[in-house]
Amino acid sequence: MTTMQTSMPAQAVYKDTRSLWERLRTNRNWLALWFMLPTAAFLILFLAYPLGLGVWMSFTDERIGRTGIFIGLENYEWLWSDSIFWLSVFNTLLYTIIASAIKFAVGLYLALLLNRHMPFKAIIRAIVLVPFIVPTVLSAIAFWWIYDAQFSIVSWSLIKLGLIDHNINFLGDPNMARASVIFANIWRGVPFVAITLLAGLQTVSPSLYEAATLDGATDWQRFRYITYPLLTPIIAVVMTFSVLFTFTDFQLVWALTRGGPVNATHLMATLSYQRGILSGRLGEGAAIATAMIPFLLAAIAISWFGMQRRKWQQGSDND
Amino acid sequence: MTETAATHAQDQAKTAVQAAAAVVKSDDSEGMSYLESLPRRLVTLYLPLFIILIVLLFPFYWMGLTSIKPDEQLIDMENYNPFWVIHPTLKHITKLLFETEYPRWLWNTMYVAACATTLSIIASVLSAYAIVRLRFKGGDAVGVLIFFAYLVPPSILFIPLASVIQAYGLFDSPLSLILVYPTLLIPFSTWLLMGYFKTIPYELEECALIDGASRWQILIKIVIPLAVPGLISAFIFSFTLCWNEFIYALTFLQSTPNKTVPVAIVNEFVDGDIYKWGSLMAGALVGSLPLVILYAFFVEHYVSAMTGAVKE
Repeated sequence: MTTMQTSMPAQAVYKDTRSLWERLRTNRNWLALWFMLPTAAFLILFLAYPLGLGVWMSFTDERIGRTGIFIGLENYEWLWSDSIFWLSVFNTLLYTIIASAIKFAVGLYLALLLNRHMPFKAIIRAIVLVPFIVPTVLSAIAFWWIYDAQFSIVSWSLIKLGLIDHNINFLGDPNMARASVIFANIWRGVPFVAITLLAGLQTVSPSLYEAATLDGATDWQRFRYITYPLLTPIIAVVMTFSVLFTFTDFQLVWALTRGGPVNATHLMATLSYQRGILSGRLGEGAAIATAMIPFLLAAIAISWFGMQRRKWQQGSDND
Repeated sequence: MTETAATHAQDQAKTAVQAAAAVVKSDDSEGMSYLESLPRRLVTLYLPLFIILIVLLFPFYWMGLTSIKPDEQLIDMENYNPFWVIHPTLKHITKLLFETEYPRWLWNTMYVAACATTLSIIASVLSAYAIVRLRFKGGDAVGVLIFFAYLVPPSILFIPLASVIQAYGLFDSPLSLILVYPTLLIPFSTWLLMGYFKTIPYELEECALIDGASRWQILIKIVIPLAVPGLISAFIFSFTLCWNEFIYALTFLQSTPNKTVPVAIVNEFVDGDIYKWGSLMAGALVGSLPLVILYAFFVEHYVSAMTGAVKE
């Protein structure tokens, strides 16, 4: 680092004698511009611009095939008095909070289990991640079959065990449908949480546990006063990502229930797709999508403070 | 001198993957586990682990089993044990491969994923190198902005993007996905590669600069060869993300032959037929297998990509 900087003034002395092309080719800032160009082009054209456009569209009455005119807050006023929209907000919050909490609890438990010494550790750890590899829609289709009203294997097993006497209507009853969708989401999310937390657990030095054991600490105390504090920073990051992706989930619900029955599993994302693309009211769909942004900002803020805390714990040099 | 430095750098670049390998491979140290008795381990470790693994793997077993089950066994749960199959059949899979457009959908998915991933990796290598090593004005701010781009979900972008795609005349074309997917992949790969590039020592680049190499030559001949493990991780993870992507593909693609596997399965197989399950499960199975095989070969790179992106 220091060497690179001392070589700079030498360059600056004869910089003016070079042609413009030479300067564009070697000057650090210009060079960086060329290097950043492809990334910037993609992110501005297909990320930043649509993000802005989406907010703008939420203030218009645009429909598919017709450009909209500015109508102010009318979309939002309409949504404010729309009970289905509020139901979708409630569903999204319920889905996010319950699924994230259980994913965290089970993921942490699984990470602690996997961190222990056992035979075939490598294979078991590799297998755990498989639900995360398989495309969500394809595993959702498998769940759809497992949740089938007539031929559900879960209903069949429970009947054979004598626990229930008729088939469970997994995706037909509003509350059962919510529970089923949440379960599928947890199933898919646990491996991610478990494997990332496991990576964090492996940085904890075993000598800390040995010392604590010699001092007579119980299992719970070792977890509470060694594992948990050392794991807090990575928990903050993992859970922010988990919350973010659960909140904006679309494909699992779309593949399983399409928002039904009676809108009981409509999330904000699925409602936005139904209103915006299927019904063609792009403006209204964009307004629903824009209404998700405040929640996302809250999640990002939590992530930010989580990382700040990590910086503080490790000292300022965080490389 | 330079060569020892190069091997040193290679070692450092490998450590990230090895750290991930440690997650996957068993570390042989027994730790304090000898303090526990076997019955205790059975109850606190093996039993819960076994239950969790069964729950995690059951949908795949069910998927595979259904795809080779003859139709009459699928719906007759009284005379046949539903957990097993007698006289397995390949009917569903052959029907899928030869009577539907499934091979075409599979090809579309692979084509889009490969193109989008390649584009993203090229862009990410350039930007990660610029942010980490060129130290230009505002470089740190750009890094933070790219991190925020990672946090913007497709669910809030698909409506405006649909109208952008329409305006560019790309609607219903695989090119729309190839151009849009990099917005999901670049932020992630850039952050991952930044981590790898940081492990390559400056001294190597300084030697090359003194010998008269340009930045471009340094990138091609020194940095990229040393960051190969990182590139593989980024490539595999990005490829999987593309394969998994649903909402953009659902929104942008209309005609049946252009669809990707996830969208086609949800829309094309769902008819009123009570016997649809066999072909549906076969479709889901065949659509998942390529990724699972890829994963089996590169578990360590995959884990390092996943944990690396979170840690950075």
